[in-house]
Amino acid sequence: MPVYFPREIIHAANGLAIGILGGGDKKLIIKGDAYYQSYICHMPRSIIELALDKHFEGFDGFIFPSICDVIRNLSGMFQLMEIGKFVKYLDFPQNFLPHIGGTFYRHELQTVLDQVYKLNGVEVTAQKLNHSIGLFNLNRQLICKLYDIRQEFPWRLTAADVYHIVRAGYVIPVEEHNEILEEVIRHMQKEFGDPLDKIRVLVIGAFCEQPPAGLIKTIELAGCYIVEDDFLLGARWIQGDIDTAGSDPLGAITQAYLDMSTFSSSVYDVGNPKEARLLQLIRQRKIDGVIFAAPSFCDPALLDHPILQKECNDKGIRFVSFLYSENTGQFKVIKEQVGTFSDSIKLWD
Amino acid sequence: MSKEVAKERSMIIQKEMITRQFKELSMAGETGKKVVYTFVPGNISELILSFDMLPVYPEINALQSGMRKKSGGYIRDAEQHGHSEDVCTYVKCDVGMMLSGNIGPTGEKIPKPDLLLLSYTGCFTFMKWFETLERLYPGVPVAMLHTPYQEAHKITPEMTAYMVKQLKEEVIPKMEKVSGNKYDEEKLKSILRNSSKVEDYIVKIFDTTKHRPSPIDAYFAGVYYIGPINSGFRGTPQAVDYYAELYKEILERIDNKLGPITPEGVMEEERFRLVVEGPPNWTHFREFWKLFYDMGAVIVASSYTKVGGVYDMGFRVNPDKPLESLAEYCMNCYTNLNLQQRVDLLSKCITDYHADGFLVNSIKSCNSFSAGQLMIMQKLERKLEIPIGFIESDLVDPRYFSYSNIKNRLESFFQMLEQRKMMNIQS
Repeated sequence: MPVYFPREIIHAANGLAIGILGGGDKKLIIKGDAYYQSYICHMPRSIIELALDKHFEGFDGFIFPSICDVIRNLSGMFQLMEIGKFVKYLDFPQNFLPHIGGTFYRHELQTVLDQVYKLNGVEVTAQKLNHSIGLFNLNRQLICKLYDIRQEFPWRLTAADVYHIVRAGYVIPVEEHNEILEEVIRHMQKEFGDPLDKIRVLVIGAFCEQPPAGLIKTIELAGCYIVEDDFLLGARWIQGDIDTAGSDPLGAITQAYLDMSTFSSSVYDVGNPKEARLLQLIRQRKIDGVIFAAPSFCDPALLDHPILQKECNDKGIRFVSFLYSENTGQFKVIKEQVGTFSDSIKLWD
Repeated sequence: MSKEVAKERSMIIQKEMITRQFKELSMAGETGKKVVYTFVPGNISELILSFDMLPVYPEINALQSGMRKKSGGYIRDAEQHGHSEDVCTYVKCDVGMMLSGNIGPTGEKIPKPDLLLLSYTGCFTFMKWFETLERLYPGVPVAMLHTPYQEAHKITPEMTAYMVKQLKEEVIPKMEKVSGNKYDEEKLKSILRNSSKVEDYIVKIFDTTKHRPSPIDAYFAGVYYIGPINSGFRGTPQAVDYYAELYKEILERIDNKLGPITPEGVMEEERFRLVVEGPPNWTHFREFWKLFYDMGAVIVASSYTKVGGVYDMGFRVNPDKPLESLAEYCMNCYTNLNLQQRVDLLSKCITDYHADGFLVNSIKSCNSFSAGQLMIMQKLERKLEIPIGFIESDLVDPRYFSYSNIKNRLESFFQMLEQRKMMNIQS
């Protein structure tokens, strides 16, 4: 589940949606490399490695939201390998009119629900789904609050800590995650620590294959506070609350996707240009500079960069750019690059 | 490589068709004809032509640039403008070509688009490509046609309905506005009747590789054979005439027990019959082809010739249901099939055309083809116990064509095929 999936529908069907984000820098890839050419990004090979090492034995089904051709074909590989009781490639619409893309998307979600029903026989009622939507609304509110506090007081909790806290929500029940978030927010609202002389940066490009935690730490150790990012974007994908009072909650989830999605390299943006939305975020978070950090061989992210970087250039926003993969282990060069970037902004801007 | 290339009559006809097409494009400013940029997979050229507009295919421009040895410079130009080394070289070649004045393969300028028809079929990068072009041609409208993927091995009524609604409410209104013409369904139906005839010919043409020797090469020559239907001539009388002539030539070759025509003449001895998966390399196309025909290897089927449409499983456009039919055509393109369907189709090709081996040309730029190919190989090897070969290159980036590496791998592959033949004879 890299990027976005409406976990509410699985929750309402008494299921637990787990976010599979690859093997990171913890999993040694041996067999996975035999399934992918060297010029394909790292994440799918680590997911195959995890599958072959039977890490997914307890999972019933696998849903692959449309992100790019690699993830699309990974769904086919899971089908060919007969992993799980069902494999579903979830085709997100690139048409955002309710009676066209909305109708199609709603049917896609219903297909997922039908698959789950075949497994556990649980009927998803409007009441149950509205309840689940409420829990995930709260979850997003709390995560957004965490980001808001951090952007104001970034010295109180590191970006890597925030990352781990949000990521925990991808593997535990939402109720439990909400409790953790509330506790962290209570803690973060207290006055502690002192601000350091660091620049405020936005990191973009990491919307799918996640950077290793070491990379996030490196950026902050090199003179930056990461006050906005697109890590674990799915957790904040819907920008606002989904209606919980209606009689058609599946329709509400569908409508939210059409109207309230954040911007991402996997979503068609004509009519809602990503560069304008990036600028809005830069202003909102009072960003000093942008770090374009994308996984190697990530066509969606890397094809967006010239567009976004041109906008930064035109508006006089400083940026730096580098590539990583989920198992990058050497950060010295990145630290020097980001450190120089940070120094240049502190000294000259 | 400097020897004069042997040409079939149909190749000359095709060259004339393309020359006229680019001439017409170069004069679009004077004739007032509107220009639509679109893609080869899911190319609904019939609809474009029904509005009297002219299609342009950036992929075709890129591959032509590759064959004319211009792509390397274009790609470098695009990289200097911020494009990563890691991404699709078709996109970079197109961007570089545009930055260099958008001169087409005939030396004439390709006009700017009046409409970007984003037929988002089987390739995610198409979407990013036209997002890029939309910024390079500010103000030009984009019509998005999202083709759902055949993830469950089939086309559902909901998928077709989704596409038809997009055609009716997104694509056609934009075409009406840009062209100034009203949608004419009868005209579209009449164009589709020609497409259906052409699709019949294409199936018959590629089916002739059942003969021994195969009268055609279904990959290297095959890319020329699919040229007209994938480059703006779908549904035209010229396409029907071209394919009728081509089929006639091939039947003559069968009668005369002739092998395929290569750039150096007729291939004398057919030693190996192969099925190839993946697009070819365009920057060294002739050298690449020569590696095969020098060894007596003929390609009896290829997945790449199905990238603009798969007709050998029975699909034909139905003029009586024009929009539904265009939708189904798009959803049936090769890269919109899921991996199991691709394995089944390749398996059918290997069996039906009595292939001795299966070869993957894995393209760095094309994840739509490449991601999953190693598993496809594994499945076919296990299912059919057929020798498998694997080479790597790129579409139009000359930096990724290593002649000696490819030659070494192919020589090993052909040795393996030879040994297998010997073993079969002995047993």
